[in-house]
Amino acid sequence: MSSDSPDIPADVKVILATDCGSTTTKAIMIERVDGVYRQTWRGEAPTTVEEPFADVTVGVINALTEIQEVSGRRLLDDEGRIIRPATAEQGCDIYISTSSAGGGLQMMVAGVVREMTAASAKRAALGAGAIVMDTIASNDRRRPHEQIQRIRELRPDMVLISGGTDGGDTKKVTEIAELIAPAKPRPRFGKAYELPIIFAGNEKAQPEMNRVFGEGGFDLKITDNLRPTLEQENLGPARDMIHDVFLEHVMAHAPGYDKLMSITDAPIMPTPGAVGDILQTIAKGRGINAVGVDIGGATTDVFSVFDGTFNRTVSANLGMSYSISNVCAEATLPTILRWVHIGMDERELRNRVKNKMIRPTTIPQTMEALVFEQAVAREALRLAYKQHKEFATTLKGVQQQRTVGDTFSQQSGGETIVDNMKLDLLVASGGVLSHAPRMHQTAMLLIDAFEPEGITELAKDSIFMMPHLGVLASVHEQAAMEVFERDCLVYLGTCVAPKGVGKPGKNCFSWSLDDGARGSGELVFGDVTLVELGPDETAELEVRPARGFDVGAGSGKTVRRTIRGGTVGVILDARGRALELPEERTECRSAMTRVIDQMDLYPEAAAAAVTAGGSTD
Amino acid sequence: MAKAYTPGLKVTASTHHEAHRLLPIPGEVKVAVGDVVEAETVVAETFMDGDITPLNVANLLSAQPGDVPELMLKQEGDAVEKDEPIARSKGVFGMFKSECKAPASGTLETISATTGQIMIRGASIPVQVRAYLPGRVSEVLPDEGVVIENDVTLIQGIFGIGGETSGTIMMACTTHDEELDAPAITPEMAGAIVIGGGRMTAAAIEKAREVGAAAVVSGGIDDSDLRGILGYDLGVAITGTEKLGITVVITEGFGEIGMARRTFELLASRAGRKASVNGATQIRAGVMRPEILIPLAGGEREAPEEANRTESGVLELGTPIRVIRDPYFGYIGTVAALPEAPQVLGSGSKSRVLDVALESGDTVTVPRANVELIET
Repeated sequence: MSSDSPDIPADVKVILATDCGSTTTKAIMIERVDGVYRQTWRGEAPTTVEEPFADVTVGVINALTEIQEVSGRRLLDDEGRIIRPATAEQGCDIYISTSSAGGGLQMMVAGVVREMTAASAKRAALGAGAIVMDTIASNDRRRPHEQIQRIRELRPDMVLISGGTDGGDTKKVTEIAELIAPAKPRPRFGKAYELPIIFAGNEKAQPEMNRVFGEGGFDLKITDNLRPTLEQENLGPARDMIHDVFLEHVMAHAPGYDKLMSITDAPIMPTPGAVGDILQTIAKGRGINAVGVDIGGATTDVFSVFDGTFNRTVSANLGMSYSISNVCAEATLPTILRWVHIGMDERELRNRVKNKMIRPTTIPQTMEALVFEQAVAREALRLAYKQHKEFATTLKGVQQQRTVGDTFSQQSGGETIVDNMKLDLLVASGGVLSHAPRMHQTAMLLIDAFEPEGITELAKDSIFMMPHLGVLASVHEQAAMEVFERDCLVYLGTCVAPKGVGKPGKNCFSWSLDDGARGSGELVFGDVTLVELGPDETAELEVRPARGFDVGAGSGKTVRRTIRGGTVGVILDARGRALELPEERTECRSAMTRVIDQMDLYPEAAAAAVTAGGSTD
Repeated sequence: MAKAYTPGLKVTASTHHEAHRLLPIPGEVKVAVGDVVEAETVVAETFMDGDITPLNVANLLSAQPGDVPELMLKQEGDAVEKDEPIARSKGVFGMFKSECKAPASGTLETISATTGQIMIRGASIPVQVRAYLPGRVSEVLPDEGVVIENDVTLIQGIFGIGGETSGTIMMACTTHDEELDAPAITPEMAGAIVIGGGRMTAAAIEKAREVGAAAVVSGGIDDSDLRGILGYDLGVAITGTEKLGITVVITEGFGEIGMARRTFELLASRAGRKASVNGATQIRAGVMRPEILIPLAGGEREAPEEANRTESGVLELGTPIRVIRDPYFGYIGTVAALPEAPQVLGSGSKSRVLDVALESGDTVTVPRANVELIET
């Protein structure tokens, strides 16, 4: 495949990509090596949107300079401009960038019915990579003056309004607009900034929008209805409009972005929007269902593609440093301690959590601190995934044709489309997952928090390259796909976990790899076993679940499938789904100790646990 | 390399400080360059648009939205009083008319014939900005606010709750690690900035609030006590808007921890002086820490301490630091070594480390990410 853009040379040899984060600008170089695109060099530098530089391109040039130094390839000319096109010794053919600097894209969305048009508007905004500050709807249980007060407090970069199906009633959506206009939400950027309002609702209401937002510091943009009929969601035009407005307005007000936009070969994308794009590209390319998670200090993003439908959620206050205290408040300490096999003092833990919150850059020095931090991470991920499942639903309000067979499953739309049994690939990124001292820990964090069912591949984003590849996919899909498979993902292995619950000690499933040549065995309920299968290896797995257990083919039915190995291997998990740990603390600790021993998660802590008897919790 | 960069909190006996006092929206600046202001002086003022009260007249009068404009007794731009009739239905043959009364006083801003909804804008809301830092106005930013400058003793805390306040510094503890409990708080501390030593208890804060103290400053606090005072578990460290009737600042962290000796001694040396305190904390990009500002009298400013320091945030051999994570949380010492190569920690992670010579004479190794400079 050659490039999709007319400005891109047909024969692309070298690609540069940057992601301008809030604190760090990360650059990567991709080169064609032996006919295949590979990520070869990387560099990073502090982001420079704040004073004294106030110019994002300074950080970009610094990050590229680092690549130039380590690779020995000249990328910048004497004026600091990127050399293009590439020759054998210097320059690149494509330069692209994403950005989340300056707090990313912050939006307010509004719709008529919270579960319908407002939910669709929220999906459009999140899919475009925005942080949704609030969702206003006629039935959001707030009184109009409370809604107005809320709108006044927010300082969004733009507002997305939807409501009404095409040709339907215009009154309700106009009422919403009439609440927003006099509330005069103040934009984050300067007094001269005209707040962009995107209207993606009933086309018949467009003249009313012109009337309401015609004057008074608004810049009204009208696009196709994102819910033209109750049965149909059409998020593409609204997402595209959000990206356009992001570039025209938000980016144009960020320091140095006009310069950055003039040197990129594709429009700059908000970082999470680009991550979503690459996940969709991969899911489509491989014909699989995938979930991606990025856990940061303040927020956790979850992306999913099931049967071609993409969803993204941002859990704003679930994170491992700034928001760690919120995770503990939401999950509660006893729930977090389920994952801890050693004795810990509750008062001290509470103080430690707060100390991490006020000094977010610290790292665990002891094994005990690491065990606790990873326990918190399990709960942060679990809560974020729960929110995601509640949000990623089929359309609500849709009349469904029923057959006689449906009579006993009364579903009215709005059920989650996230199905862990259908999940093929689970991708992890974010400090606590990417930088865990042992990849076994990363794998178990994913399994405990997401509870994948059946057979699921586990991977992690090696150096947080997904944003770069997301925007690259828009100009050179082949390069993006090749780098994603070869360099971006580190395969941890495959998790095999039957759905169902049994009694401890009773048979759960038997298994064999390559007809027993690579091992075989039987697992009783409650056990976890690790089988070696290297990163570049595959094997033929056969799983024979006991009655009441399902690995994808139905209760008690055997499944054969080719599976992929990884840095961890094949994790055979017979703890059941839904995963339930013993409620009694001592029993729970010994259950966790067994898992930790079997998976060899904390080699030194295991020894410490032996001496930790009679502890305080 | 025998250098590294790390953030730190400022604790300095004498420094020149500028306070930027800005309005949230344009308004009027009430002082001029050169004016000397007190903490309570209003330096800028503006009026925000009043609150909006919507009312669906069509629904209330059972009328069509398109008929609402002609049913209105008041027109756009008219002033209305609460409970004053503002719209009346036509009734049946002129009888059984129903009325709609204004839900709030203000100005009738819009009447919509599409939705039948009207908007009443309440009176403008005054917004005042006070000087906070006593000193001299050094710059006026037209329509926005002012910059006030003064020489001060500046102490940054690690975390606080409650907003800006001011008062006289009064010592409640005699040593830097003495627990601050209720008996140490006396009625004479009304309006004062109360200085403790080690961990402060919930009872001490409650007593301080009872006697009317302006603020309490101490080394640490237990998370459970903070939860008790706030009435909820604080999720993210963005504070300053709590309405507790008192400002609380901790200088070191959560748990059983004494105030850094130097901080305690500095505050003790300023007992009886006026201070401005702000508990507002924002731990996000563009971090904001609570602060204690004690204005110095003319000619009192000392030469900057450790004037030989070249760069802020640089860790070198001998630099005073505080360990900010367990297992050595709260320990104070100096940098004894900055090994170049990363080392494997007890957690199994690989990280760059440093050796700290503790006040006790022991030396411990900690990750560089887990220390904080004691800035001067």
